[in-house]
Amino acid sequence: MEGTHHHVQSDDLNFKATELRLGLPGTEITTSSSPKIIININNNNNKRSSPDNNESEEEDDNRVSSAAKSITAPAPKAQIVGWPPVRSYRKNNTAVVVGEEKKTEYVKVSMDGAPFLRKIDLKLYNNNKNGYTELLNGLEKMFNFKIGSEYATAYEDKDGDLMLLGDVPWDMFMATCKRLRIMKGSDARGLGASAV
Amino acid sequence: MCLFRDMMSYFPEEVLEHVFDFLTSHRDRNAVSLVCKSWYSLERFSREKVFIGNCYAVNPERLIARFPRVRSLTLKGKPHFADFNLVPHDWGGDVYPWIEAMTKNGINLEELRLKRMLVSDESLELLAKSFPNFKSLVLVSCEGFTTDGLAAIASNCRFLRELDLQENEVDDRKGHWLSCFPDSCTSLVSLNFACLKGEVNVAALERLVARCHNLRSLRVNHAVPLEALQKILVKAPQINDLGTGSFVHDPDSETSKKMKNTLENCKSVRSLSGFLDVNPHCLPAVYPICTDLTSLNLSYAPGIYSNELIKLICHCKKLERLWILDTIGDKGLGAVASTCKELQELRVFPSDLYGADNAAAVTEEGLVSISAGCPKLNSLLYFCQQMTNAALITVAKNCPNFIRFRLCTLNPVIPDAVTNLPLDEGFGAIVQSCKGLKRLSVSGRLTDQVFLYIGMYAEQLEMLSIAFAGDSDKGMLYVLNGCKKLKKLEIRDSPFGNAALLSDMGKYETMRSLWMSSCEVTYGACKTLAEKMPTLNVEIINEGEDQVEASSSPDARHRVEKMYLYRTLVGPRRDAPDFVWTL
Repeated sequence: MEGTHHHVQSDDLNFKATELRLGLPGTEITTSSSPKIIININNNNNKRSSPDNNESEEEDDNRVSSAAKSITAPAPKAQIVGWPPVRSYRKNNTAVVVGEEKKTEYVKVSMDGAPFLRKIDLKLYNNNKNGYTELLNGLEKMFNFKIGSEYATAYEDKDGDLMLLGDVPWDMFMATCKRLRIMKGSDARGLGASAV
Repeated sequence: MCLFRDMMSYFPEEVLEHVFDFLTSHRDRNAVSLVCKSWYSLERFSREKVFIGNCYAVNPERLIARFPRVRSLTLKGKPHFADFNLVPHDWGGDVYPWIEAMTKNGINLEELRLKRMLVSDESLELLAKSFPNFKSLVLVSCEGFTTDGLAAIASNCRFLRELDLQENEVDDRKGHWLSCFPDSCTSLVSLNFACLKGEVNVAALERLVARCHNLRSLRVNHAVPLEALQKILVKAPQINDLGTGSFVHDPDSETSKKMKNTLENCKSVRSLSGFLDVNPHCLPAVYPICTDLTSLNLSYAPGIYSNELIKLICHCKKLERLWILDTIGDKGLGAVASTCKELQELRVFPSDLYGADNAAAVTEEGLVSISAGCPKLNSLLYFCQQMTNAALITVAKNCPNFIRFRLCTLNPVIPDAVTNLPLDEGFGAIVQSCKGLKRLSVSGRLTDQVFLYIGMYAEQLEMLSIAFAGDSDKGMLYVLNGCKKLKKLEIRDSPFGNAALLSDMGKYETMRSLWMSSCEVTYGACKTLAEKMPTLNVEIINEGEDQVEASSSPDARHRVEKMYLYRTLVGPRRDAPDFVWTL
């Protein structure tokens, strides 16, 4: 008797990413296909595997092989029902903690035509309301140029896209900026100076 | 034997009763009642406090028949793993029948303490209206009630001393339950509503505190801002247990100065909790009361970084109990170890519950420092990123006095971080060294070997929690055969099956309960056990993917997903929902 996909949801996008895998490297042991991922070690797993996994678990007495006994550490990001064993009240009332605050946020700065790159600490400009203005001043000093018709500042975000400086709030910029780029010449003229 | 009987007849009943008055522990009283019929009879009429660890082991009628003078009742409902979402909400544990029965039989109830029970507003209303001397209500990890029920308690219990709500899921109806305490109520000693989500009438709270001169314990909720708390504390400088709500203010403000002054005046505070929303820069305001603090709970305080925690803790030299988040880090635990030499209980909770993959967590290092610095440590709950056998062996050597040892690795099957071996030896050292160990939770990569050790050495063990551990039935057998004092055994996701379950069926009569989920036991074996042991209720929770049609009787070989069995004097319970089958 085969299990069915009762609980597989099409919007369960991260299933594969969060799936817990147990067993020696190279073996595939499937776990439950329900959104709550249940680890069944040494279990006659009568739950159907995920749709994108070609191996299927069938009859009740199809036991997972002894490969299950040597368990490789599952990825810490996976979600097991009731693990870690924390009361649901506490689970619902523990704010997500972001982690220790970093003291500096250095990013590379390149200038078109310059042989070397520089690094600048974005946190230096964190404390006041004029983050962008101060940053531009800092860049101008560093590279000895003036923002204007010849130069424009842009940055590369975490998706790798080249973005015009100044469109988003400073905090958001801080969180997404991976490197800065000072553009020169025709590219710069197209952009205008900057959005700031 | 004859001599004994003669001696006993010299003691008039009044003397025996007087002697029994000194017996407060229910275990002692249970023992005394087994001596002989007259002692049984005397004891039952004099018992005022009854503890029922599993509400389905007896029923209200039997309670009242045996202990007609009961004044204080403690009841526990759902199995422990219900805390972790392994038990459906409507499984049972309703307190209403108990309250109803006591009402009908004229019981003079004064105190009710409930854990993991279903408590409806109707129950609270009936409770409030039926017992004129009702003094104390303590609800831990319960659900099913709203602030309307609390309003009933506040309005009707004229001599209420204690209303203590711990970690309950309460539906907040935004009524004004706190305002329902009449002006004539001056008897409150303890008020804890930290777990409530909604607004409270702060002015009413202030007036209530002002007129309750005996108030010793006050724990407010998130909705009580710091300014209000400061005004309240001015009226209650005698307080010894304080739970702050939101602790956010501008450190340079007038409020901050006032708070610091007010706290300096609260010279009796020994226990501090809350900080449900906190600006770390505000913490210095509490430094004045840290010197004499014995209990500190910062486990619900978000975003206090390790350095600020360390600064705070350095003031707390007399700390005996500390509940904290793992954001404290190993370094912070080192500071605790250097400062808190009186520490007896430590709980380190995980801050990262959703795999956000932040680096803040504690490891074996933190635990080793604590064990080295705090020799009085006897109770531990430790959620950690990793562990090693060497560390556990060191801890066992440093702290032989553990009564409760609960270790939880965030990855449930992680091996020794250095050697990659199972953590069998580490836990083995713990049970061997800690001869008084009563409660143990194990985690990490574990084979049958750890259970051999537990069976061999854990002679006082009463409660054992197992998850994702063991290789075969032998593991469970070692425990069942070895741990003579075992009362509660809960197992999940482990390869223990029928042979282990059925090897010593009589054992379960000496225990309160056994929980097994995602193990290897089958329907047939559970049925056999149920048939052979009429004094046990063997319940199967039949839900989710494993759901079998009610009409069809499942195959004997069908694996049971969730089984809960417990000894009982009253047979199968009549309130079991559809998905719970008593075999």
